[in-house]
Amino acid sequence: MTLGAISIRNLLRRRGKAAFVLTGLVIGVATAAGIISFVDSMTADINTKLEKYGANILIVPRTENLSLNYGGLSLGGVSFEMQEIQEAELQRLSTIKNAKNVAAMGPLMLGVIEIRGRRVLLAGVDFEAAGILKPWWRLQGDMPGKKGVVIGPEAARQLGLKISDSLTAKGHELEVSAVLAPTGSQDDQLIFTHLATAQAIFNKPGRVSMAEVAALCKDCPIEEMVAQISEVLPGARVMAIQQVVKSRMETLAQFKKFSFGLSGVILLIGSLVVLVTMMGSVRERTDEIGIFRAIGFRKRHVMRIVFTEAALVSGLAGILGYFLGLGAAQLALQFFAVNAPVVRFSPILGVGAFGTALALGLTASAYPAFMASRMDPNEALRAL
Amino acid sequence: MSYIIADHLVKNYGDGEATVTAVNGMSFEIDAGEFVGIMGESGSGKSTLLGLMGAMNAPTAGRLVVDDIDVYALNPDQRADFRREFLGFVFQRFHLVPYLTVIENVMLPLAVVKAGRKQKRAMAAGALAQVGLAGKADRLPNQISGGESERVAVARAIVNEPPVLLADEPTGNLDTKTSREIMELLQRLNEDGMTIAMVTHSRDCAAYAERILRVRDGKLLEFRLGGEIEWKKRNATADKFRSVCRARQAAFSLDR
Repeated sequence: MTLGAISIRNLLRRRGKAAFVLTGLVIGVATAAGIISFVDSMTADINTKLEKYGANILIVPRTENLSLNYGGLSLGGVSFEMQEIQEAELQRLSTIKNAKNVAAMGPLMLGVIEIRGRRVLLAGVDFEAAGILKPWWRLQGDMPGKKGVVIGPEAARQLGLKISDSLTAKGHELEVSAVLAPTGSQDDQLIFTHLATAQAIFNKPGRVSMAEVAALCKDCPIEEMVAQISEVLPGARVMAIQQVVKSRMETLAQFKKFSFGLSGVILLIGSLVVLVTMMGSVRERTDEIGIFRAIGFRKRHVMRIVFTEAALVSGLAGILGYFLGLGAAQLALQFFAVNAPVVRFSPILGVGAFGTALALGLTASAYPAFMASRMDPNEALRAL
Repeated sequence: MSYIIADHLVKNYGDGEATVTAVNGMSFEIDAGEFVGIMGESGSGKSTLLGLMGAMNAPTAGRLVVDDIDVYALNPDQRADFRREFLGFVFQRFHLVPYLTVIENVMLPLAVVKAGRKQKRAMAAGALAQVGLAGKADRLPNQISGGESERVAVARAIVNEPPVLLADEPTGNLDTKTSREIMELLQRLNEDGMTIAMVTHSRDCAAYAERILRVRDGKLLEFRLGGEIEWKKRNATADKFRSVCRARQAAFSLDR
């Protein structure tokens, strides 16, 4: 018979109470581990998708006059008598050191046309590259041919255009092949056509207004990519879409902070469950503790019994909670992520979950253990 | 040879006008190997006195010396060690731990002793055999009778071979036949050298004692000889007892 054996036998005897404490801590640890795993997986997934889909570098002509706000593109009133970028020069991107990090490059020819008495922005794009640069695009209709256009929903509404309608842009006959599903971005107000068609309409063969680049920045900081591209395109201004990157990372950081805060609260509740249950257990065991003290257990022996019970339950809660949290995170990802990534098994998080549960359980048991050790054996035995 | 010396023990509860004096200046001596009965009405202070003798209840005043050890000069941890090494307790309500088997209950005092598992189990089995319960080692407390529970309590009290046994109404919840069996068990332990102090209401049980301490309102009224039991040869018993105490003292001193 050892003190540890006394603790184990008590837990087996009071299975209901032990299970209650275990459940409280498991829920706390599972929630924390689940949220952390979920956020980590989402962050990694979003980062991958952000880097893979969507431009994060802009290449624009080196000019003082053109002011581009990528968040709300407005070229109204700006003169286009400027040095555009030669389309052929953009091929130099394949010669930079980190060329493999370039997921897609989409040149744009931008200009203003007049449709039914209203000025609207026409964008000539590489629709194949647009599939990577703008994966959120959903077309209602067919992919446009040489004379076809895709029209943003807001532009379609304001111009009164629908699929198969014809329009004339600077003498060029075009047909609406598809309407873009609402994106909530500036694209809703634009008309998109093939790059070559736009170049012909604006009489700027082989030239582009700007280019968007989607760079995979996992192994290479975006600043380096910008520097390499600038080197091969001295006549252009290359810049990271800092605002986009920054705002996306800030959103994720906010969500992470919130999730950590929520996890902390839930863990605190779990440890309160431990505290209250252990206090009740100590009160129930007045007789038993009185016997222990009467037959010669020191105060620290009694405390060790209580702490051992708490450690066994908490340790088990840490392990079970971690795996339950992983499972819950994987389940949640099915709902929140397209092509849900697999939650990674993280030994560090596992050790952290175990250690946190143990620390909380022992801390919450400190007061009950102290109270148990201070029981007057004489009073405890007379309590019945 | 006086083994237990109580010197003007006082125990008060409460303070101010609500003070209750449970033990009021008791002084007595108990020789090594004696079997002493403590009798008195309910509320006379018997159990409080036993608690004081058991180093569980610090007195308001006075001293208790057991085997030349001033018990209440020890700190709480040392008193716990003292209880473990020198004292065995038998309680009226048995106070067995319900989730431990009989043999595990008996092994409880050994839980904080440095000894191998087999050795502890052998000691517990020996104690159970001494009380006649060798065949019930693996039963739970709710699977044995009241008399058997009391025997288990006695086995637990003696497993560590203490020189002193303190018993608080050991037959209080038992029938006559079982009470006699328990008293005969205590008598055998006393004949083997154990000093026994027993609180009892029963004159039949008190008859097994050599001396009676009569307590009333916290005071010691008298002590007299016990009843019909033949007085044993005390010298041989005392010698055996002295050698046990010397061993205990040596072990206890190492821990202080």
